[in-house]
Amino acid sequence: MEWLTTLQAALTDHTVLSADNLARYGEGLVTTVQLVFASLVIGLFLAVPLAIGRSSKRRWISLPIYAYTYVFRGTPLLVQLYLIYYGLPSIDALRDWQYWEYIDRAHVWALVAFTLNTAAYTTEIFRGAIKNTPRGEIEAAKAYGMGYWLRMRRIVLPSAFRRALPAYGNEVIFMLHASAVASIVTIMDLTGAARFIVARTYSAFEPYLWVACIYLCLTFAILYLFRYLEKRLLAHLRPAGE
Amino acid sequence: MTDLMQYGPRLFEGAMLTIAVALLSLLLSLLLGLLTASAKMSRNRLIHGIATLYTTIIRGVPDLVMMFLLFFGAQIGLNMITDLLYELYGWDLYIEINSFVAGVVTIGLIFGAYMGETFRGAFLAVDRGQIEAGRAYGMNHGQVFRRIRFPQMMRHALPGLSNNWMVLLKTTALVSVIGLTDMVRVAEEASKQTDQPFLFLGIVALVYLAIASVSEWGFSRLQERYDTGFVGGED
Repeated sequence: MEWLTTLQAALTDHTVLSADNLARYGEGLVTTVQLVFASLVIGLFLAVPLAIGRSSKRRWISLPIYAYTYVFRGTPLLVQLYLIYYGLPSIDALRDWQYWEYIDRAHVWALVAFTLNTAAYTTEIFRGAIKNTPRGEIEAAKAYGMGYWLRMRRIVLPSAFRRALPAYGNEVIFMLHASAVASIVTIMDLTGAARFIVARTYSAFEPYLWVACIYLCLTFAILYLFRYLEKRLLAHLRPAGE
Repeated sequence: MTDLMQYGPRLFEGAMLTIAVALLSLLLSLLLGLLTASAKMSRNRLIHGIATLYTTIIRGVPDLVMMFLLFFGAQIGLNMITDLLYELYGWDLYIEINSFVAGVVTIGLIFGAYMGETFRGAFLAVDRGQIEAGRAYGMNHGQVFRRIRFPQMMRHALPGLSNNWMVLLKTTALVSVIGLTDMVRVAEEASKQTDQPFLFLGIVALVYLAIASVSEWGFSRLQERYDTGFVGGED
């Protein structure tokens, strides 16, 4: 166990990678993953009905959803985060709400902003996939006497989800990277941990390099997960003989 | 309303700065993109490897972290070089990295990687036979590039370029974090001072949407131009 003591000595010597700071990176990693995962899951649940509404022929349903996705995809996430972080607490009615003290935390505002943002992108991804459903499949479903919702549930959505998979994988990576802005509103995510350590150790470079490597690893993990999923779920689309 | 009058001119200056950062980094990213695309299509394995490493790292690290890394890291790197020059030759230099330059360079570097991928795909989409035909007519490489490859490549590249530009535009909001007073920074300050976040940040959001809409229109004009002579097949 000699190497352990050497390692310990190295860690205590090292200002940026001290045990304290390692714990901070760890907490930051957990915060980042939690924030991203929670907003992706909630965003996904919001995006499915929104995408169905967005593909609707009734304009009073599809237009408001289009307006929502247009605004959230056309403005920077940082501006959306500021709008929610500074904006919601400025509404008196909301501040007087009895549960206000429970939700008035930067984490909640970041989660709200991220969720609304990813839901907008995911809605458009799903809409594209729904629109690309082969005409024949829908006609066959109609010929079988399926109604709109049954068709949606059995035919359109299952194949649309598969078609949306590659684009959704990009969205997950995009969200992971975009989540770094949480550090701007005082959240101790991975980037926040790096900023904190930079402020404390006066080493302006290493902490960022270190978290950049962690982000790179996370990105690759997501990339391989989606490649695996695509291989499994899109197996029927591969050219024959492969 | 008085708040708006007070912050209006600064907000306008901020918007101009946002546009300047966006356009300059677009220019840089287009140049880097063309370079990366040619490096990725090169048969030289070293050049190919460097380009692949560049695009992989850029696409795996968040823009914000990249910005901090380059802004603070490049300053330290420069200081080390100037210190070394002082020790070796006695040159007394101090170069300070300006946050405007750092912002433009970072965003340009990030989007250079994305542009590279777009350009590479577009170059590969140009029919080989046409390049050979151009060579057979006696055109040199430069002429083939200017007359055949570039105009046709652009037709395939434009949708990707337009997409990259929209993302780049939104990324400029991050320069407010390294000390530039772009419109996001002005609006944030104004929101805190006047307690009217919806007014100021709302205006900023509208400006972003306006720029996006104008560019969308511009890109569709460009697409029409580069689609000249192309007859659509199926669809």
